[in-house]
Amino acid sequence: MYFSYLLPAILLLGISGFFFGRSKAIRVANTQGGIQELHSLPNHYGMLTGLAVLLPALLLYGLWISIETSVVDKRIVNELPAELLEDTGTVSLYLNDIKNTLAGNITVSKDPEIGRAAERYAKIKRNYRSIVTAAVFALMLVFAAVTYQSISAKLRARNLVETVIKAILILCSAVAIFTTLGIVLSVLFEAIRFFQVIPLQEFLFGLTWSPQMAIRADQVGSSGAFGAVPVFAGTFMIAAIAMLVAIPIGLLSAIYLSEFANRKFRTMVKPMLEILAGIPTVVYGFFAALTVAPLIRNMGGFFGLSVASESAMAAGLVMGIMIIPFVSSLSDDVIHAVPQTLRDGSYGLGATKFETVRYVIFPAALPGIVGGILLAVSRAVGETMIVVMAAGLAANLTANPFQAVTTVTVQIVTLLVGDQEFDSPKTLAAFALGLVLFVFTLILNFIALRVVRKYREQYE
Amino acid sequence: MQPTESTNAFSPEFNQRLKRRYRAEQSFKLMGIGAIFIALAFLVFLLSTILMSGYSAFKQTYIKLDVTLDKEYFPDEDLAKGDFQGIVKASLYSMFPEVSGRRDKRMLNNLVSKGAAFKLMDMVEADPKLIGTSFSIWVPAKDDVDMLMKGNIDMDQPEANRRIKDKQYERIRTLEYGGRLQMRFNKTFFTSGDSREPELAGILSAAKGSFYTLVITLLLSFPMGVAAAIYLEEFAPDNTFTDLIEININNLAAVPSIIFGLLGLAIFINFWGIPRSTPLVGGLVLTLMTLPTIIIAARASLKSVPPSIREAALGVGASKIQTVFHHVLPLALPGMLTGTIIGMAQALGETAPLLMIGMVAFIVDIPGGFTDPAAALPVQIYLWADSPERAFTEKTSAAIIILLGFLILMNAVAVYMRKKFEIKW
Repeated sequence: MYFSYLLPAILLLGISGFFFGRSKAIRVANTQGGIQELHSLPNHYGMLTGLAVLLPALLLYGLWISIETSVVDKRIVNELPAELLEDTGTVSLYLNDIKNTLAGNITVSKDPEIGRAAERYAKIKRNYRSIVTAAVFALMLVFAAVTYQSISAKLRARNLVETVIKAILILCSAVAIFTTLGIVLSVLFEAIRFFQVIPLQEFLFGLTWSPQMAIRADQVGSSGAFGAVPVFAGTFMIAAIAMLVAIPIGLLSAIYLSEFANRKFRTMVKPMLEILAGIPTVVYGFFAALTVAPLIRNMGGFFGLSVASESAMAAGLVMGIMIIPFVSSLSDDVIHAVPQTLRDGSYGLGATKFETVRYVIFPAALPGIVGGILLAVSRAVGETMIVVMAAGLAANLTANPFQAVTTVTVQIVTLLVGDQEFDSPKTLAAFALGLVLFVFTLILNFIALRVVRKYREQYE
Repeated sequence: MQPTESTNAFSPEFNQRLKRRYRAEQSFKLMGIGAIFIALAFLVFLLSTILMSGYSAFKQTYIKLDVTLDKEYFPDEDLAKGDFQGIVKASLYSMFPEVSGRRDKRMLNNLVSKGAAFKLMDMVEADPKLIGTSFSIWVPAKDDVDMLMKGNIDMDQPEANRRIKDKQYERIRTLEYGGRLQMRFNKTFFTSGDSREPELAGILSAAKGSFYTLVITLLLSFPMGVAAAIYLEEFAPDNTFTDLIEININNLAAVPSIIFGLLGLAIFINFWGIPRSTPLVGGLVLTLMTLPTIIIAARASLKSVPPSIREAALGVGASKIQTVFHHVLPLALPGMLTGTIIGMAQALGETAPLLMIGMVAFIVDIPGGFTDPAAALPVQIYLWADSPERAFTEKTSAAIIILLGFLILMNAVAVYMRKKFEIKW
């Protein structure tokens, strides 16, 4: 497969372009009385040539890589027999079979038709790739030649190179925007397809969640119900339990560490609290399911309560512990930002340390703390692994924290893991839930970040 | 003005109030210490639970078999088609000649792992001259035997509720007294991929999958993150576009990780056609996820370089780009690397987005590249945690120990680098 060597070849040629350009610049300089006669350093001329070789070629290569599948798929679909084309489902199945045959996977059908189509597919792909390879080399050659020719003492190579570098820097920082855009587009489109089948108000206000679609019309229990209220309720219950654990513990430990503890204690304990934030969530999930859930169940049995083996309590508790360092480090920052003058003023009036904290520092830091807590809530709502492993799948609409509930993230995972057709409402529902989750956390984050920033500006 | 009775510092009321105020302070301090204690106690509880339930997975029960590779077991030219299971069975029957009846035989055969036959096959394929000879070999025991040896099966339970029956127990004891049962270091755990049989399951394929994924993540997110940070910190004008980028980065840092998985599924897999379950697509998703972390760390690092450095470079005639790349960047690099390592540690522990892009597949083969289907360490933990066999609980904890080991290592390197290269201006 020569195509896989294309990228290294481009890079290699780019590097050699650098050396060619540089040596030409040095030659030009020597004929005119030394390096000082050049507008830029020889390296800049080299870089200019190298970039001229690399950039257009890489651009074309990247473009092709990203559209290859869709272009080749389209070509092969156009060649398919007409009777196949009537149903989009069979076409995508057919394509899958072709690709599986090509990848050398064991295919279910030994249909010779598919074998032939697979060969055809490979051939189309090969042809396209040859064309692209040729185009890439032509591009490199042309750009290299033009740049190489234009190298002279007057060429402002440094300015050109720096403009290109700056453009690359801007592009890299714009990735953040593209990512957000990508999230919005990918979630939104599938969600819109979902809402075409299931009306929005049914999704947002319906009280039953049972995401199944009938394979046959006469199937028992075939009617899928997509009312997401129980899912939302479960999410909030678990998040609320988590916050009930995290806010007091996180806040108290932050206040204690920043106002009361001595330096030695602080430098020892703070990193230990941070460890809690560094433990992967899957570990918390395992712990919640294996240790905490049975513990709560046994304790519930002791008090005569019936506790589900996958109770909201276990997931919420463990999630709360996970969020403690988050709350405490954010509050810590905020408390540190309160100016020392406020403390001194309070002490000067004869207040004790506790009174200073209670009546001066805490009110002053409150907006920032609220901002931090909002961020923590968005974290709790979006947390996935703990709830996937320790909370249930049953969409109960209940206020009892000892019953099993389900959350948005759990539903997304269960609906999307495993092979699924991408046009059933069942999988699309995951994207609708994802949209809700994204919008909700976005609003929370936005408010929280604004509050925190505003608060910081106030004291700066 | 005369102090009134209540504000007089020598009045008993004042003293009482003062005492009350200090008591309030004491109880608040106690609450603070209590909160820290609860958090740390939980940390200790979590870590010790996992250590206690996981350390035993590094040992495994092995059984010594005397096997005879008679020629009759190899009717075919192809040695791989030999009846290795039969060889193992024959060896077991010769040890316990009194066993008869199908049920009894099955119970006996269930003491030895299926891996025994595979092990024999590998040996014969490596050295065909072994056929026709007899020798002794240590093979892994079935997971139930292993669990019994580690004390995880309660023999006081009624027989029907146990995975080890009375007869099996007797034979295990016989083997043990005969020196044919031994706890050995569990090499399989480090050298093989996933398996349905707990005693044959290992983390190598998951670890390699994680490695390839992280390589992609590092190669993409470090240069991109540093470039973005340089632009935002050194060049960006104060305009709406810059504001937009900053808002986006801050928001992305707080977007739930599972949303990145949805993005990967919809765009990288469905739209671009990158193969599912591969480190390539996993690395791309994790890149987008870790970028904000790296950008934020890199910016902080650039900010800490004093302006005098820039002014000096500009003063001797360097261009803005030269100033940044020749003078500011080298000084800020250690800080950036520290941030990147922490970002990588986060990426290593991330599970949810990988579930979305199909890295939950059951992968036996050890991936050899970026486009082979692979699992990742945290995903392997998730898969094992879901398995019903008791023996997988132990494996899960062991995998967690390994994962935490890597994380501790990465963070320790980051802390060391911060200490070593920290520049005091």
